[in-house]
Amino acid sequence: MQNGGGPRKHTIGVHVENKFGVLSRVAGLFSARGYNIESLSVGETLDPTVSRMTLVVRGDEFVIEQVTKQLHKLVDVIKVTDLTDESHVERELVLIRVNAEPQNRAEVLRVADIFRAKVVDVTPVSYVLEATGDEGKLEALLELLRPLGVQELVRTGKVAIARGPKTRVKRAEVPRRARGPEDPTVVGFAD
Amino acid sequence: MGMSGARMVLECLKREGVDTIFGLPGGAVLPIYDALYDFEGLRHILVRQEAAAGHAAEGYARTTGKVGVCLVTSGPAATNLVTALQDALMDSIPIVAFTGQVPTHLIGNDAFQEADNVGITRPCTKHNFLVKDGRDLGPIIREAFHIASTGRPGPVHVDLPKDVLVKEAELVWPEKVHMRSYNPTYEGHPGQIKRAAKLLLRARRPVVYAGGGVIASDASEELRALIELTQIPVTQTLMGLGAFPMEDPLSLDMLGMHGSYYANMAVHHSDVLLAVGARFDDRVTGRVDAFAPNAEIIHIDIDPSSISKNIKVDVPIVGDCRRVLKALVAAVREELRGDVASLAREARKQWAAQIAEWKRKCPLGFEWDDEVIKPQHVIQEISTLTHGEAMIVTGVGQHQMWAAQYYRFKHPRRWCTSGGLGTMGYGLPTAMGVAAAWPDRLVVNIDGDGSFQMNSQELATCFENNLAVKTVILNNRGHGMVRQWQDIIYKGRFCAIDFGPSPDFVKLADAYGCTGIRATRPSEVVPALEKAFATPGPVLVDVWVDKWEFVFPMVPAGGANTEMILEKPGRAAKDKAAKAQTGF
Ligand SMILES: Cc1cc2nc3c(=O)[nH]c(=O)nc-3n(C[C@H](O)[C@H](O)[C@H](O)COP(=O)(O)OP(=O)(O)OC[C@H]3O[C@@H](n4cnc5c(N)ncnc54)[C@H](O)[C@@H]3O)c2cc1C
Ligand SMILES: Cc1ncc(C[n+]2csc(CCOP(=O)(O)OP(=O)(O)O)c2C)c(N)n1
Ligand SMILES: [Mg+2]
Repeated sequence: MQNGGGPRKHTIGVHVENKFGVLSRVAGLFSARGYNIESLSVGETLDPTVSRMTLVVRGDEFVIEQVTKQLHKLVDVIKVTDLTDESHVERELVLIRVNAEPQNRAEVLRVADIFRAKVVDVTPVSYVLEATGDEGKLEALLELLRPLGVQELVRTGKVAIARGPKTRVKRAEVPRRARGPEDPTVVGFAD
Repeated sequence: MGMSGARMVLECLKREGVDTIFGLPGGAVLPIYDALYDFEGLRHILVRQEAAAGHAAEGYARTTGKVGVCLVTSGPAATNLVTALQDALMDSIPIVAFTGQVPTHLIGNDAFQEADNVGITRPCTKHNFLVKDGRDLGPIIREAFHIASTGRPGPVHVDLPKDVLVKEAELVWPEKVHMRSYNPTYEGHPGQIKRAAKLLLRARRPVVYAGGGVIASDASEELRALIELTQIPVTQTLMGLGAFPMEDPLSLDMLGMHGSYYANMAVHHSDVLLAVGARFDDRVTGRVDAFAPNAEIIHIDIDPSSISKNIKVDVPIVGDCRRVLKALVAAVREELRGDVASLAREARKQWAAQIAEWKRKCPLGFEWDDEVIKPQHVIQEISTLTHGEAMIVTGVGQHQMWAAQYYRFKHPRRWCTSGGLGTMGYGLPTAMGVAAAWPDRLVVNIDGDGSFQMNSQELATCFENNLAVKTVILNNRGHGMVRQWQDIIYKGRFCAIDFGPSPDFVKLADAYGCTGIRATRPSEVVPALEKAFATPGPVLVDVWVDKWEFVFPMVPAGGANTEMILEKPGRAAKDKAAKAQTGF
């Protein structure tokens, strides 16, 4: 598609049937259509027959519109929500093995402490730190650790959840009934 | 009492209303063939190559509106089938394909004739299933048919491990299919429909662009009602042909790369364009920023992802063509009471005059020759002799385009062609499926000498099952469409297009037990066709046509639709075409 808003990162929540092959359907969609996927995480929900994915995708308005429509078109996809412009909370967990030579052990611990990172493994020459946070926090942590010598880094990919409503409403995790076609541009609902 | 999975498959097919399956046996599906041995009520047509089973199912499906079914074994049979699955996916054809699979305990073991069937077909099906338990067979088959035939139709693949077929289980048959993750939208949004009605009536230069979705949803009648009411000219895509009768004065014929001059001009200059069940394919739009640049676009499509995919749409309406068109007709009637149309009346008269002028200036046409058969002439004669009533199937290439241009289509569901994938070899097997569904109708396969040779083995299937396909080969001794591109776009550097000796197609037909006829001079065309149509059983007519005849109009890929090449270009025009060509 032509023009539209410039490319930016979108965080998309996808509820899928917890069935054989569903992950490869989603991953296959991205490779087949040439979309860029920055991270993907999956896990079961309260309802064990439903899994929830969090996808981080970069693209302009039109790419993201196609991504959400194409995701929704997959038969096993129950619901697609673009959380980017909705109020939501997002977190990622990282494990970082960092140099811990005598001269910088204290510095590593200080940094870890500031970011509320936990030391989960210790050897004479290294620490493994565990940290959670949003992208900004984790980037800042890494920024400070890098000069001290990061040996290896593993990230879970982002998970995101919409924030609760301000008033109390009871809400099933997966809506069963149509939001209906009152808004013709809504593509995110299967029923 | 339980029954074997194999029997259950057949039982489920019968319950789904299937009467014909196209297939070819092998180790992994032998339990099904064993069950078929004394199973009543299902006709099995044995093809000679698995892709043909898939295409035959497509032909059956497209012309009947029912789901087409094919059945093949594991490994190489499943991979052979892939072309037909992708073909059906691109053209939104509802088929259910069954493949055999090695027993569940051997899956992943590099067992004999194992392939990752569901892995391979995942991107070329609407959905697919691997059945791991006999109790799931009923529900899965039910879902497979439901998914294939509802929403945007498409192919569904069901992979059947051998042990599941052998073991006995209780048949589970859900009366209704309910899937929380799959609920296509059928009704259009009333507000949007009203907006569309207003736009159409106020338009000064409106055009309707109808596509394959009109066929899929059986909406031709509703389309005609809308046109009768609004008098808006209609152009059709390759996949939409038959949606609107071409003999109607409001028909603009096909648009796009090889569309008519008047269709492309009308769309380009339109101020309101109503797209119904069409997907703005690049063969239709040409350069997108030059496509209908001044039009407000209304788009009716059941698949939200078709909307605003290539071209930004002003009034999107997600829904089934038939239901939306019906509502649109009502909305237009409602609007007409307020006489909004009078605003545009004068402008509409001018628009009709302008279109008539384009039609006069540049009608479809070719130069007659007394010595050499012109391919367009052959199609014209087929059209006349069959009164536009025959079931027409094609291969892929120039002959396909001439069939689209020169056959005067009257009815929906009588035209099968491979539009999205452009699958050479589609013609004969698809025609076979059509003939199986319509034994009393005339089925004509307009084929190319190249395309035909990709599946000519199916003459055997036609003969064996008395599938009376009349194949007319427009024999130009090579890959005509490629010759045309190499001439116009690649400076006449011809490469790998001419067939040295082709087989003698008349003898080939004879060898397969079919009737073969040849025509080499213009005066022989009509007698040959008449004889072919009058001869019972499968017939092949080998028509030697002018190999230097090209398809015009032609929009070089990536060019604007107004930059049509209308006749054999000279040097300068070729250079321009080569430059305009930015697409493929
Ligand atoms: C050699 C060659 C040349 C070609 N040249 C041309 C050309 O000049 N002109 C041309 O038009 N094509 C041409 N094609 C074909 C082209 O590639 C496309 O296949 C074709 O244009 C697509 O047609 P369509 O838009 O009608 O869509 P289809 O592929 O028929 O898709 C149907 C659309 O309708 C929707 N739909 C399905 N069911 C429903 C329903 N129940 N309700 C509502 N919507 C529904 C679908 O979601 C989809 O968007 C050519 C092909 C070949 C091989
Ligand atoms: C399976 C396949 N391979 C290659 C092509 C590319 N291709 C498109 S048209 C064409 C030539 C077709 O020749 P023929 O069937 O004789 O038709 P003609 O153009 O000569 O009428 C080729 C090779 C294709 N569409 N499909
Ligand atoms: Mg040829």
